[in-house]
Amino acid sequence: MVEQSTSKSTIGKSVLRKEDKRFITGKGNYTDDINIRGQAYAYFVRSPVAHAHIKSIDVSAAQAAEDVIKVLTGIEVAADGLGALPCGWMVHSKDGSEMKQPFHPVMAGSKVNYVGEPVALVVAETYLAAKNAAELVEVDYDDLDAVVNVLDAQGAPDIYEDVPGNTAFNWELGEREATLEAIDKAPHVTKIRLVNNRLIPNALEPRAAISDYNTGTDELTLYTTSQNPHMVRLVFTAFVQLAPEHKLRIIAPDVGGGFGSKIFIYSEETAISWASMKLGIPIKWTAERSESFLTDAHGRDHVSDAELAMDDDGKFLALHVKTTANMGAYLSLFASAVPTYLYGTLMAGQYKTPNVYVEVDAVYTNTAPVDAYRGAGRPEATYLLERIVESAAREMNLDPVELRRRNFIQPEDFPYQTPVALEYDIGDYEASLAKALDMAGYSEFPARKEEAAARGKLRGIGFSCYIEACGLAPSQMAGSLGAGVGLWESGEVRVNPTGSVTVLTGSHSHGQGHETTFAQLVASKLGISVDDVEVLHGDTGKMDFGMGTYGSRSLSVGGSALSKASDKVIAKGKKIAAHMMKSDADDIDFNDGEFTVRDSNLSKTFQEIAFAAYVPHDYPLDELEPGLSEKAFYDPVNFTYPAGTHICEVEIDPDTGVVEIVKFTAVDDFGTIINPMIVEGQVHGGIAQGIGQALMEACVYDETGQLQTGSYMDYCMPRADDLPNFDVAMTCTPCTHNPVGAKGCGEAGAIGSPPAIINAVTDAIGVMDIDMPATPERVWRAIQEAGRA
Amino acid sequence: MTSIMVNLIVNGKAVTMSCSPSTTLVQLIREKLQLTGTHVGCDTTQCGACTIHLNGRAVKSCTVLAVQAEGAEITTIEGIASSDELHPMQSSFRECHGLQCGFCTPGMIMSAIDLVNREKDLTEETIREGLKGNICRCTGYHNIVKAVSSAASKMKE
Repeated sequence: MVEQSTSKSTIGKSVLRKEDKRFITGKGNYTDDINIRGQAYAYFVRSPVAHAHIKSIDVSAAQAAEDVIKVLTGIEVAADGLGALPCGWMVHSKDGSEMKQPFHPVMAGSKVNYVGEPVALVVAETYLAAKNAAELVEVDYDDLDAVVNVLDAQGAPDIYEDVPGNTAFNWELGEREATLEAIDKAPHVTKIRLVNNRLIPNALEPRAAISDYNTGTDELTLYTTSQNPHMVRLVFTAFVQLAPEHKLRIIAPDVGGGFGSKIFIYSEETAISWASMKLGIPIKWTAERSESFLTDAHGRDHVSDAELAMDDDGKFLALHVKTTANMGAYLSLFASAVPTYLYGTLMAGQYKTPNVYVEVDAVYTNTAPVDAYRGAGRPEATYLLERIVESAAREMNLDPVELRRRNFIQPEDFPYQTPVALEYDIGDYEASLAKALDMAGYSEFPARKEEAAARGKLRGIGFSCYIEACGLAPSQMAGSLGAGVGLWESGEVRVNPTGSVTVLTGSHSHGQGHETTFAQLVASKLGISVDDVEVLHGDTGKMDFGMGTYGSRSLSVGGSALSKASDKVIAKGKKIAAHMMKSDADDIDFNDGEFTVRDSNLSKTFQEIAFAAYVPHDYPLDELEPGLSEKAFYDPVNFTYPAGTHICEVEIDPDTGVVEIVKFTAVDDFGTIINPMIVEGQVHGGIAQGIGQALMEACVYDETGQLQTGSYMDYCMPRADDLPNFDVAMTCTPCTHNPVGAKGCGEAGAIGSPPAIINAVTDAIGVMDIDMPATPERVWRAIQEAGRA
Repeated sequence: MTSIMVNLIVNGKAVTMSCSPSTTLVQLIREKLQLTGTHVGCDTTQCGACTIHLNGRAVKSCTVLAVQAEGAEITTIEGIASSDELHPMQSSFRECHGLQCGFCTPGMIMSAIDLVNREKDLTEETIREGLKGNICRCTGYHNIVKAVSSAASKMKE
């Protein structure tokens, strides 16, 4: 059971979440819960076709409809000169040329490129009036053939005049010649072709926004479902050119899940902000779920070919990966980084493969933009690597565990420079593997398989030893890779006069529990109670700046900023204490909330020092400013490298193809853990999404670019009766380069689990390959083809 | 547009509201009564975020017209705690970390209370079966199942 916070340090304790009370009592404050007096409602007219020129837009009937305030179109967006929605990462092709990105308008005025792309915006007194009037907007489309399939894109007619071959970039990483030569000479080469299925993120809270322009102050306040509100502000100013940054306030209140999909700056919040400024009224928009399916940035969608070369002992010699990645119709904010810097760089995995060469063609199609979804690039890399390693083991007739062990980077090899740019700081892959094998009862698996066979069931076991690069990101490294921003984080520790603490962070919690974890971190540093720390986030009007939450970066980067700010508070507190106790700051120790003069019985509590800082009567005012509030920006020196082993055991009914996960074991090394309860919860959720990808979820477009999986009746979400309990445990090698020692835990479950599941399925039915999602139909067909049923 | 008067008892209080015939119960609850703890997560009655109790049974309030609820007793997430004590289901969700972003949580709690009230044989399997009308994207359900099991023990005391 979880422990309550009684001792002064709560690091490593499962403190119950401070944020929960409002959520379990219905007092959460999500964007759609907010209403502003006098607000109008927005509804978007969206393209019903995947690819067409817009010949004309007639809004006269809609504009004349009851309660309609204004209908605005993409033509007016263009006339007002609004800038494009940008992609923040510049990727260069093999020949050094810059990636080719089409202009991404806030609303389309001349051409539509995917179903659901907004064309016009109806602002009305009521939501129903806006929605009804949207039906009256007449858009005359001149249809074009749609490019849908990722593998067809490069041979199809160009979607954009300035993007030949529908190719955004062809990127490479690693040593081509050495890799291909090693593969050529190798005694054994395992080859594989994989599809990484396209997913729709489906945070349960649909995207929403309320824009409120004050005509008296020229200030725009936007409430929005964002993982990084400061980035919204920056994009609005620097790219869309709506208003200067100091006249914009972006508030991301309680946000109901993100999983990446709420990082990006979308048309809708941008368009209603623009409309609020034009019309001088507050405007509210909330997506219907069908709009979320059509327009939230999707995830994954890769097709890859890979070759893994080995010597006769199964030592990896070289890996060559060739991937085609679907970008959708436009480059969304992070899109270009996902199949490149977050993908190719992970192809060493946990292994000492000396030669790795990765090529990625990123292509445009007439589908919704594809961008980061939980894991973003790293699940695709892990899936490829752990599938090909499993196949190699089967071809070599080696135990898949033994093959991995023969190739692991060993503890003494760190820091380890991979052939694909990253330098791993620390890890112990054997430790996680051994613990997972023990928990999974691997040695008894043959007996369980036999017992299942006696019941007519096919039982299989699959492994995945994953690594991820998290803690995005060292700014200068990110900059050299094409990032348009720095990737530090900011934090502020405001000590109040009575000794309680208000923490402001640039990280954003949308389920991760920062209000608790960060409070534990700061409270433990300052030796005060968790209850005396309040964590604020998600408001550009309150915190200096914030890069937000994604890439498992909040604790390792945002937490490190708070650790540094806490250190500054302690350092200043020592100076105050030294003055009050007539000593020297160098002779003051700080422990468990007490400032003491070393080798004496003199001491002051944290609360006494806080009070003295704000009531500076006995205070060194000639050398120290009053007050006790410190800020820090933390820029990481390296990525962090969480890693671990996931083991999945399945039982399959050969008559129906239904896959039951009978046991799922995850052992992860996240470095230092502040709150195990929260970390385990993150792992559970990630695994659930990984199981969704592996067995259930698939985003499907038909050949004309119509989304076939646009509702929960068509897109198969994991439900309570689809999932097992999870056996989760940790190992720990603390991160060597940040002050918290944390590596990040948010994405591991979604990264590690899919290959373990598919490896288990293929093991059970005795085939080398099956595509995700391994639905009952696919599994049943595979069984028939393998002639085993 | 014509409007219709609807009489309801909401969280123990009698209310009379006028609304259009097309107003759904969840719209009435969120927009007219300002009880925003009940959420809308989809438009096909699939996600369960809008689950409330109508005459003591869990229903998805996005698929009930307000006028259909005439005379009914409605309980929302705001109405299950007593003045100084959380409902056991609420406290169990917190103790077992059965929530992350909190968006599905009110609907999940309302479904779970109804499940415990009517299911005699509560096992992990029947809890999972009973909650399959409510989607959670964050937790993987593992801790939700633990929370419901724990609350069921408390509710029987």
